[in-house]
Amino acid sequence: MDAPLIEFKDVTKRFGSRIILDHINLKIYEGQVTTIIGLSGSGKSVLLKHIIGLLEPDEGTILFQGQPMLKMTKSERTAKHAQISYMFQDNALFDSMTVYENIALPLRETTNLGKTEIDSRVMARIEQTELKDAAHKYPSELSGGMQKRAALARALVTDPHIVLFDEPTSGQDPVRKNAILSMIAQYQRKFGFTAIMVSHEIPDVYFISNRILALYDRAIVFQGTPEELENFDHPFKDEVIRSLEGLQQELTGLYSKRQFKVMHHAQLTQRTRGETYSLVVFALDDLDVIMTGSSHETARKTIRSMGRYIDKHFGAIGGFSTRRHTNQFVTVLPYSDLAEAQNILNDFAHDFQERGLQDNFEGQERRKASGGCIELVIRAGIAQGQPFAEIEAVIDEAKSNQKEIARLRCDVRG
Amino acid sequence: MALDANSHNLPGSKPPWRISMLLTKPFACFGQSTISWVSNLGASAIFLMLAFLKILHPKQWGKIIQQIYYIGASSTMIILLVSLFTGMVLGLQSYTALVKFGAQGALGTLVALTLVRELGPVLTAIMIAARAGSAITAEIGIQRISEQIDALDTMRIDPLRYLISPRIAASIISFPILTAVFDIVGIIGGYISGVLLLGANAGTYVYRVQASMDMKDVTDGFIKSIVFAFIVSTVCCYQGYFAHMRTDSHGAKAVGLSTTSAVVISCVLILVSDYVVTSLLIRG
Repeated sequence: MDAPLIEFKDVTKRFGSRIILDHINLKIYEGQVTTIIGLSGSGKSVLLKHIIGLLEPDEGTILFQGQPMLKMTKSERTAKHAQISYMFQDNALFDSMTVYENIALPLRETTNLGKTEIDSRVMARIEQTELKDAAHKYPSELSGGMQKRAALARALVTDPHIVLFDEPTSGQDPVRKNAILSMIAQYQRKFGFTAIMVSHEIPDVYFISNRILALYDRAIVFQGTPEELENFDHPFKDEVIRSLEGLQQELTGLYSKRQFKVMHHAQLTQRTRGETYSLVVFALDDLDVIMTGSSHETARKTIRSMGRYIDKHFGAIGGFSTRRHTNQFVTVLPYSDLAEAQNILNDFAHDFQERGLQDNFEGQERRKASGGCIELVIRAGIAQGQPFAEIEAVIDEAKSNQKEIARLRCDVRG
Repeated sequence: MALDANSHNLPGSKPPWRISMLLTKPFACFGQSTISWVSNLGASAIFLMLAFLKILHPKQWGKIIQQIYYIGASSTMIILLVSLFTGMVLGLQSYTALVKFGAQGALGTLVALTLVRELGPVLTAIMIAARAGSAITAEIGIQRISEQIDALDTMRIDPLRYLISPRIAASIISFPILTAVFDIVGIIGGYISGVLLLGANAGTYVYRVQASMDMKDVTDGFIKSIVFAFIVSTVCCYQGYFAHMRTDSHGAKAVGLSTTSAVVISCVLILVSDYVVTSLLIRG
């Protein structure tokens, strides 16, 4: 792995006699989305403020591109911090300025750009964050969600190399939460900045994060990929992750990736050699595009509907499912052969096409939600696997067998 | 410290360590307050110096003009009102005192010198501290507790340059102008009460006003108003900027207490510095 962009070495921070961070060691790599998860009040925001230089450690060293921050000259440190943008948990918008003025402020005060250039950059961000109608309103006239988007627009307007997001989705409804996470992921891919995020949105953040850092009991107890977190055994997992995953299952009827793995292990490894199982991989095409546009509500509804319908059809015959990526679902049918799995899939496709999609998106609502007209294509593929074989190979085979099973067409009712 | 019941401490008597503590406590408190006061004074001086040096930044002019409007122009009405009645009451009291000695001809001298040398700069500064100074502290204090100042830091906008320098510059410009307005309207107020209401001679009043004042009186008054501008703007900005560092309260309450402290400290320092500056100017 490359050299870390930011590294904490034995960083300790105290407020009075209270220790907030205790010998923290962590690494953040360039071009990745790193998410810091932890309980409220565990010091996640304090950690972020050390990165941007709002706080300095009492002990330990923070290295920026291998150089200790404290040993840099003031101009060197200013140059490093100039690459970083910060989105505050409580937004920190200037309440005596309009949304437009708030977003334009860093450009007006720190650059020599002309009025026209500033205006075009600010308006671009305003449109991307769906704040056009609120551009000339004051923050106190906006909802919490709109304020959050204004803060996000301000953080991104200078095209920073590193963006720190302190709870970017707090106070948002589920639709907006997804839209903001998708927007962060999309911008991160588009502009290639390094995103460091503090969030409670488990497991949603797993889909957009390259690395997860777990802050627990004043220390970093885990750092690694979301997949590695699945195998992590620590009290943190019981206290934080499992409780949140339980809620997720209750809402969608799907298992978390970790629970899915446990189910897979429990149900299939007991089987005798030679027995097979079936596996279905579903995909929603172009979901990223839809979610980051103005139709995220439609996309969100589709995902929820998919979860419910998959559980309804496949859960009834002992199947168990998980959402593997933003737009991918995997279902294991432990007791079904390929023919039976295909029959159930056909039933599912028919039911989802007739009711799952159309009942959710009546013509008028589709137009309202999208501002135009959207198309969604759902594909599915089946494969057969041996209980002792790697599930990844079976998933890959199912993916290669995927074909269209349902479509939300523009011309159906619109 | 454990106390032995069989020692020389009789029931009901205070142990010696407590008596010594009682004796030293006032000195300790005094020392602690002095250290804190000197430390704050030093911090305020550095705060003022850093902010003052940033006044000439090219992006400041718009913000300075905006602050001149808030601190200066918006205070004009209250200054007009206070100065008119100050002049009138000064004319009234002076005339009734002077007439006993048959010296009512000196009314113009008394009103003009009192206003230009003392009351003009002092009352103008106190009125601005009460009106604009309190607003400055509250505004900056709220920006501090709602992390707006931290946000400026993260955007590489120097908060001292962006928030403090324009207010100091605007105060330095506004205080002398408002003091001049106070002096003129106050003299008119003295004319209204002394000449129009009590019957003093109009020509004598105007002549005495002109004859008794020389340029030094006017410049001394302006020097004072500039000193007060530095004091009021620094104290009010400093109290707001460090509202989050208060040890006696937090959040909105801290902003409220900082606002009160800003006005009280400003007024006290205006009167103390008035004496110091006056004595220096008289010697000069």
